[in-house]
Amino acid sequence: MNSFISKPPDLPTVSSAATNDQSVASANRSPVVDVDNVYKSFGAQHVLNGVSLTVHPGETRAVLGRSGTGKSVLLRLIVGLQEPDSGSVRIFGQDIAGLSLDRLAPIRKKMGFLFQHAALYDSLTVGENVGFPLNHHRADMSKSERDERVSQVLSEVGMEKQSDKMPAELSGGMQKRIGLARALVMDPELLLLDEPTAGLDPIGSAEINELVLKLQKEHHIAFIVVTHDIHSARTIADRLTLLDKGCVVMDGSFEELKSSDNEFVREFLKHS
Amino acid sequence: MSDRGLNATGIETSLAERRIPVLSPLGELVNAFLEWFGSLAIFAWNVARAACTPPYEWRELVRQLDEVGSKSLPLVALAGAAIGAVLAMEAQQSLTQFGAKALFPSAIVFSVVTEMGPIITGLVVSGRVGAGIGAELASMKVSEQIDALEVSAVSPYRLLAAPRILACILMMPLLTVAADFCGLMMGWVAGTLFEPMSLHRFIESGFNGATMSSFLPPTFKTAVFGLIVGLIACFQGMTTTGGAEGVGRAATKSVVLASLFVILADVVLVKFILVVFPL
Ligand SMILES: Nc1ncnc2c1ncn2[C@@H]1O[C@H](COP(=O)(O)OP(=O)(O)OP(=O)(O)O)[C@@H](O)[C@H]1O
Ligand SMILES: [Mg+2]
Repeated sequence: MNSFISKPPDLPTVSSAATNDQSVASANRSPVVDVDNVYKSFGAQHVLNGVSLTVHPGETRAVLGRSGTGKSVLLRLIVGLQEPDSGSVRIFGQDIAGLSLDRLAPIRKKMGFLFQHAALYDSLTVGENVGFPLNHHRADMSKSERDERVSQVLSEVGMEKQSDKMPAELSGGMQKRIGLARALVMDPELLLLDEPTAGLDPIGSAEINELVLKLQKEHHIAFIVVTHDIHSARTIADRLTLLDKGCVVMDGSFEELKSSDNEFVREFLKHS
Repeated sequence: MSDRGLNATGIETSLAERRIPVLSPLGELVNAFLEWFGSLAIFAWNVARAACTPPYEWRELVRQLDEVGSKSLPLVALAGAAIGAVLAMEAQQSLTQFGAKALFPSAIVFSVVTEMGPIITGLVVSGRVGAGIGAELASMKVSEQIDALEVSAVSPYRLLAAPRILACILMMPLLTVAADFCGLMMGWVAGTLFEPMSLHRFIESGFNGATMSSFLPPTFKTAVFGLIVGLIACFQGMTTTGGAEGVGRAATKSVVLASLFVILADVVLVKFILVVFPL
């Protein structure tokens, strides 16, 4: 994989990633996420069959695919909630296979994760939910600094007025945005978002897309965004991965996707 | 049979195949139990390790002490009182029959303090707390809240399991003392209705000849009950799968397994105490 290192640096590489200058630049930095040939089954059901994917610093990758192809499972593998049957997952250059909770902790503190169903703590208020990671990991911040940070991210997702509500009092789309705020609060270097705009109205989704673009620009965060919304993927993502039956059908920019003559890709685009 | 292995000849293979259906229900049961027990042991080890290393979750522990202790108190007191009353009525009857009425106070004190108080407390708490913890953690599990904790780099063993189990261990002996107290009081009341006796005399003759070592071990053995209830409920809750049904299953299993193991542990502990602290 690193074979080009041994070549003189000015020789062109034959890697397919070298098609434009930006990806050459990013290929030289080590990837934030490097999923290599991962397999995952549940009993007799093969969910992922050799999926590979890399994300470089500051890069946004959208993961698309039909319902049940294993997009959420892929995210759970990346964050270490599940282990692959084979293949490797490297985050910030470190292989996370078999790491204990304590060894994973420093890696996870640099990641934010938005669950598909938000997964808010239902015994805590919205504000406490968002402040939860800070309360546990940022003893160096004073209470007022933490509160300020919480209201800052809440207003970024447009939920600053909901701070004292309980999660059960919110709609699904609002819970999703609180979940996003909680994922953002620690200033992560890598954000994994499982369908951030599902269940949001068009204005709400546009706002989330804008927020993602803003975070890319200002904080240079790397994203993996699972989405069914091809327009949102086009707006925010540098590269797209299309999964089908646990395999990567297509990996490239939106233009490459559009000009692909793969049957599944064309079928997928036709209906979205 | 040759030592080339069971699959060396076709005959042996088919013999082995034919034996499977006969053995498998029991074998499967044993297998499932061993698997369950193994996972429980790994779970316990993870909790112990998390509980022994900082940061300690004091606030959560205090909350759980209240949840397990104060909120179980009325139920435990009531159960203890009822048992005391029942014991008194039965003892009056049979002791009078055998002409041993003078033994009434000691009979009540010994049966309440050495056995009835502890086991009733253990069972009542495994019902109330086992179901509560099992269902609460299971609903957090199926709604991915426990995954969310883990992703936030907060150990669910440390934040959820350790305080609950510790609260059960610490509170069980205290609740037992409360159950004993209520049992003795009601025992005296019930006895006094049958044949008047002052509380002072009841206590004095009841505890006559009793030493610390006859009361402390039975009370402190309930810490083991607490460990069993807390551990099993946390384990069942945090490892459940599958929606609302999974939550119900975890709650039921917590109560059933916790009660069962409390009773089994009692058998072992009573024998142990009799050997180590002979009367
Ligand atoms: N813990 C699990 N146990 C058993 N099967 C699972 C588990 N998690 C996921 N699966 C299976 O893996 C497959 C992929 O699930 P996944 O949630 O990743 O789909 P998805 O691509 O995210 O779909 P959607 O777009 O609807 O969210 C599904 O068929 C599901 O049944
Ligand atoms: Mg999904």
